[in-house]
Amino acid sequence: MRVFARFLPRRAPSVLPGFGPALGFALAYLSIIVLMPLAALVLRPAELGFSGFVAVATQPRVLAALRLSFGASLIAAAINAVFGMIVAWVLVRYSFPGKRLVDALVDLPFALPTAVAGVALTALYAPNGWIGRLLQPLGIEVAFTPLGVVVALVFIGLPFVVRTVQPVLQDLDREVEEAAASLGASRWQTIVRVILPAILPALLTGFALALARGVGEYGSVIFIAGNMPLVSEIAPLLIVIKLEQYDYAGAAAVGVAMLSISFVMLLILNLLQRWHRGH
Amino acid sequence: MATETKAPAASPAAPATAAAIGEPAWARNLLIALGLGFIGLFLVLPLVAVFIEALSNGIGAYLAALHTPDTLAAIRLTLLVAAIAVPCNLVFGVIAAWAIAKFEFTGRSVLITFIDLPFSVSPVISGLVYVLLFGAHGWFGPWLVANNVQIIFAVPGIVLATIFVTFPFVARELIPLMQEQGTEEEEAALSLGANGWQTFWRVTLPNIKWGLLYGVLLSNARAMGEFGAVSVVSGHIRGLTNTMPLHVEILYNEYNFVGAFAVASLLALLALVTLVLKSLLEWRFGHELAVTRH
Repeated sequence: MRVFARFLPRRAPSVLPGFGPALGFALAYLSIIVLMPLAALVLRPAELGFSGFVAVATQPRVLAALRLSFGASLIAAAINAVFGMIVAWVLVRYSFPGKRLVDALVDLPFALPTAVAGVALTALYAPNGWIGRLLQPLGIEVAFTPLGVVVALVFIGLPFVVRTVQPVLQDLDREVEEAAASLGASRWQTIVRVILPAILPALLTGFALALARGVGEYGSVIFIAGNMPLVSEIAPLLIVIKLEQYDYAGAAAVGVAMLSISFVMLLILNLLQRWHRGH
Repeated sequence: MATETKAPAASPAAPATAAAIGEPAWARNLLIALGLGFIGLFLVLPLVAVFIEALSNGIGAYLAALHTPDTLAAIRLTLLVAAIAVPCNLVFGVIAAWAIAKFEFTGRSVLITFIDLPFSVSPVISGLVYVLLFGAHGWFGPWLVANNVQIIFAVPGIVLATIFVTFPFVARELIPLMQEQGTEEEEAALSLGANGWQTFWRVTLPNIKWGLLYGVLLSNARAMGEFGAVSVVSGHIRGLTNTMPLHVEILYNEYNFVGAFAVASLLALLALVTLVLKSLLEWRFGHELAVTRH
């Protein structure tokens, strides 16, 4: 334990006991459960070599799956950004009967097991389901198409946007709005020029969280997607398929490709936010 | 959560201000309708569908679907896995929060980032990493086979994957809470002659008990409901390595819809109970939780 104490020097000496053992245990547990397994993920594709990794990542089936996973996540996160903002606005600014219940319900996608969401959405949007039956005469097929993937990801992502925008909207100073109004701004101008810029960073964060969650989502998607190779097969499913064929390095390569693209997208969003704050 | 701030009618300036910083009634109603409609379509309807599908052949068929050996085995396994994974992460969360929140050291924020890592990893990847370590062709696979230890496609793998996906819940609730509470009360207890354990049990623990319960509640819901990570490591052996969410999938793929939705309805009930308890905690003890104080 002394090692840790020297390795991570304490700045302010504390009279509380147990720092060494507590930090030692936390680091050991973290390493065994999280860091060592993730190291295996990063190192495993190395046995393919760089060209082997690129060969796996650019297989048509892998490319199609990555395109679907990221494309559907982007669309779903965009839908959630719009409706999540409306839900947050309504919950913060207006009063209506059952508001507390609706507020609590927003967290349902966090609490409901993804497999349950998956079978329920499939039952609703299948051609003979409650919603599918209404859409079929219009020529819209949701279940077992890429559109189904988007529907599942909208379900999964909604609370991320609402729960990041809601507290910011709550803390917003109403006096600024009053000031804008008294200076002659119309309500619409106040919303677009005063309120929207204030909640934009939170909105972007919520969008990024929903996007990241959507890319990795598995349980709610595989039931409704139909899982047709090259059409409605998501990247996480491809990992499962490669594992079933004992292609461990290939599975890890798809996983690393997914994580790298997510990382780059989150980095871009982060930079956007910094740029926005700089203005 | 939010209390509506209506402009006080008594104030003379109120009518003008309210009109200036509020929306016209039609816009207000339109936004409420859009928000509630979206929630109804995407959240309420799927939830209702679970129960209606489960009861579509009557309550008798519902109960019969639940009372099958495989379903009961799945329920038992889910309870067992949660009973191991949640206490493990509870102990880790408290100990990690003690080190991170009560002491100053370099590398603290890196440590917090590492603890949050499992939340940003796809559930499938959370299962995959353990297959890469302990699977037949994994790093430790040959050694495990030689010593006749099975982790992947067995209960230990399911427990490990569940611990991974629920790893951050307790720690990330406790760290900000304990940081905010500081170390003064503990220092007072120590100076009055209490030893370290007494200080922890009598001072620290009572201060964090509601936050702890909140973290346990969320990690339990995730532990019992996890699908992707567990699916990768389980091997789907009926009656042996099938948790409730995996059993939903098997029954659904066999076109046993009443059975699938019956098991799903139990998980949905778990989610509803979790939401009610979570709201109660936020409402009653919100000032003692980290999440509700930004």
